[in-house]
Amino acid sequence: MSLHKHKTFSIGGVHPDENKLSAHTPITPLELPKMVIIPITQHIGAPAKIIVQRGDAVKAGQIIATHEGFVSSNIHSSVSGKVGIIEEVMDSTGFKHTAISIRVKGDEWVENIDRTDTLIEEVALSPKEIVARIMESGVVGMGGAAFPSHVKLSVPEGKHVDHLIINGVECEPFLTADHRLMVEKPKEIIVGVKILMKALGVDKAIIGIEDNKADAIEIFENLLVTEPGISVEALEVQYPQGGEKQLIQALLNREVPSGGLPSDVGVIVHNVGTTYAIYQAVQKNIPLVERVVTVTGKSVKQPSNFLVRIGTPVIDVLIAAGGVPEDTGKIVSGGPMMGKAIADLDVPVAKGTSGILLIPKEDSMREEVYNCVHCGKCIEACPMGLEPYRLLLLAKKGNHSRAKEEHIIDCIECGSCSFVCPSNRPILDYIRLGKTQLKKQKKP
Amino acid sequence: MSTEIIYTVISLTAIGIIAAVVIYFVSKKFAVQEDPRISNVESVLPNTNCGGCGHPGCHAFAVAVVNAGDLSSLHCPVGGNSVMKRVADILGVQAVEKDPYIAVVRCSGSFEHRKKTSVYNGTSSCKIEANLYSGDTGCAYGCLGHGDCVDVCDFDAMYIDEKTGLPVIVEDKCTACNACVNECPKDILELWPKGKKNQRVYVACLNEEKGSTARKECAVACSGCSKCFESCRYDAISMVNNLAHIDPDKCKLCMECVGTCDVHNIITANVTPEKLQQGDEQRLKHEERARKKREAEKLAAQQSNNEPPQA
Repeated sequence: MSLHKHKTFSIGGVHPDENKLSAHTPITPLELPKMVIIPITQHIGAPAKIIVQRGDAVKAGQIIATHEGFVSSNIHSSVSGKVGIIEEVMDSTGFKHTAISIRVKGDEWVENIDRTDTLIEEVALSPKEIVARIMESGVVGMGGAAFPSHVKLSVPEGKHVDHLIINGVECEPFLTADHRLMVEKPKEIIVGVKILMKALGVDKAIIGIEDNKADAIEIFENLLVTEPGISVEALEVQYPQGGEKQLIQALLNREVPSGGLPSDVGVIVHNVGTTYAIYQAVQKNIPLVERVVTVTGKSVKQPSNFLVRIGTPVIDVLIAAGGVPEDTGKIVSGGPMMGKAIADLDVPVAKGTSGILLIPKEDSMREEVYNCVHCGKCIEACPMGLEPYRLLLLAKKGNHSRAKEEHIIDCIECGSCSFVCPSNRPILDYIRLGKTQLKKQKKP
Repeated sequence: MSTEIIYTVISLTAIGIIAAVVIYFVSKKFAVQEDPRISNVESVLPNTNCGGCGHPGCHAFAVAVVNAGDLSSLHCPVGGNSVMKRVADILGVQAVEKDPYIAVVRCSGSFEHRKKTSVYNGTSSCKIEANLYSGDTGCAYGCLGHGDCVDVCDFDAMYIDEKTGLPVIVEDKCTACNACVNECPKDILELWPKGKKNQRVYVACLNEEKGSTARKECAVACSGCSKCFESCRYDAISMVNNLAHIDPDKCKLCMECVGTCDVHNIITANVTPEKLQQGDEQRLKHEERARKKREAEKLAAQQSNNEPPQA
């Protein structure tokens, strides 16, 4: 690690233990499961429309649900086999959503998909064709929020984008999916960056990586010597460095306005996982049917990084990592800061599932809640400059208009406030509630 | 020493008197003219400021009543018809009688009926749990049992039964102010007409899953078997999304449907066992009659078929 101080965002932030247990475990493809369950809502926006029926034979890479409207995404079958029951099942959001189950038989792929490892560097498609291909391939943001990528690439008229930022920060403790991808597939990611630059018409791209991933930074520094437009930038380890707005501020010192989008300040941010998926979609014609998932936890036998087909039940992934340890108290989809505990082991891996974290019993329970002592730690920690303790009170009282004035909507739900609170107050729980209720109020 | 005290007292008294005189004249000069009927109406209202009428407090309701001059769309659920009669007397208008309502709990998924599928360890609040996931039992429609409804009840009319984990409404205390109904994130609570002789019948389930799934989630879930629907002679029961619903406006409280439910989840209030038995007997009688009618029709149809064609 170099001695000079690296860039970081200016306000707030916390330093949870990194615990990157699986940082040196190579990505291994997971054995095909017996059955996959593919939810039709794996992205932000309208659910996809199912176009298969029970009993249909499908191949891997075949579209089984088409996007409804622009802010939506295609869903592809991740395996070959027979479509089983289509019903509502619990997914990683904790709610029931319609999902298509497919009984796996062999591993047959749709014809025009290139499954070889050869690197195709030349970008043949035009910008419009690239966006169309990404839309067709059902690529969504793979950092966790699962926002359809083609929507991000369609910059509204009147806005000028001059920078592309590739988010390789992976600031969540424990998770190493993006890290491993950067170490193992850097050339593909660079082609992906070039594709994105062509689609957006920008000539500058920055890959931001936290300085705890020195190997990844070095690889990119060596590879990017011959690429004048793309640079790699090491960032200080600080949570939530990988927040879109924090990353823009750290790298370019631009502040996204309240309620605005990165494109308002001339930036588009994509995650490295997404960039790799875009490379696969555009150059190899492989739709988004598999992703890297980190399986980790202090008592997990083999913390691993698996290449998992979308729809694989979590239990299958856990078994591959040595099973569920006896002292497990909670299984979280995602990282420890922003992840969500899952209530059922049959929950399928979705496009936005970056990791599965097993927390031992002693760490998993919430501690006793005390009164607010007005220490102001949450305010110091908030990377958005909000006053979390106040938002908690306003949300609890149901004072939505005041909460709105206090910019509750700008909360990125990073959980830094709850993390630092000495009274263990459920700050983020109430802020989330306040946000949901404010949104509900607006609708009718 | 004593002179200082005397000066202080005198000067303070003087300031007090001057201020009082100034305030007196100012209050006369800037007096706000308010319709005297507003304060009269307010004095007969319950002054609980519960918001059950849809106005922010009793004063606002009084203002609305006086300004409207007509009571057809305004009603104080807490005071009920007696208070509205007195309000009508003050305003000199016709009182409008409204049926009293009461909150009912439309979930029977007690601890024994509904198995926990996960442990919820977060803040003890239904709203927060509902915001996080579908709940710690298999049923995504059922009561979460943290008692958000009890917390908002201004009238002490609710409590959580520790044995079942479900809220219970205290009949004499519930004023149908709607506070719990608005609070419940799962919409378990519903205002229901109190009914003749305080008798009510309702289906205490909101599970819209298919029958088999619903029963797996909760032993007393409505499976949508339609037996109650078929037994109702007044068209008061509707089957929507695998769920039976009794329309209180059409229900004649005949109690014939109650016995049809496999899981005894058609809940009655203040109905005597004799009346329930009567309902069952009535239903059986009607079923018998219907069966005989069907048989007679069948027989008639057979006979007409068997008759040789007339030459």
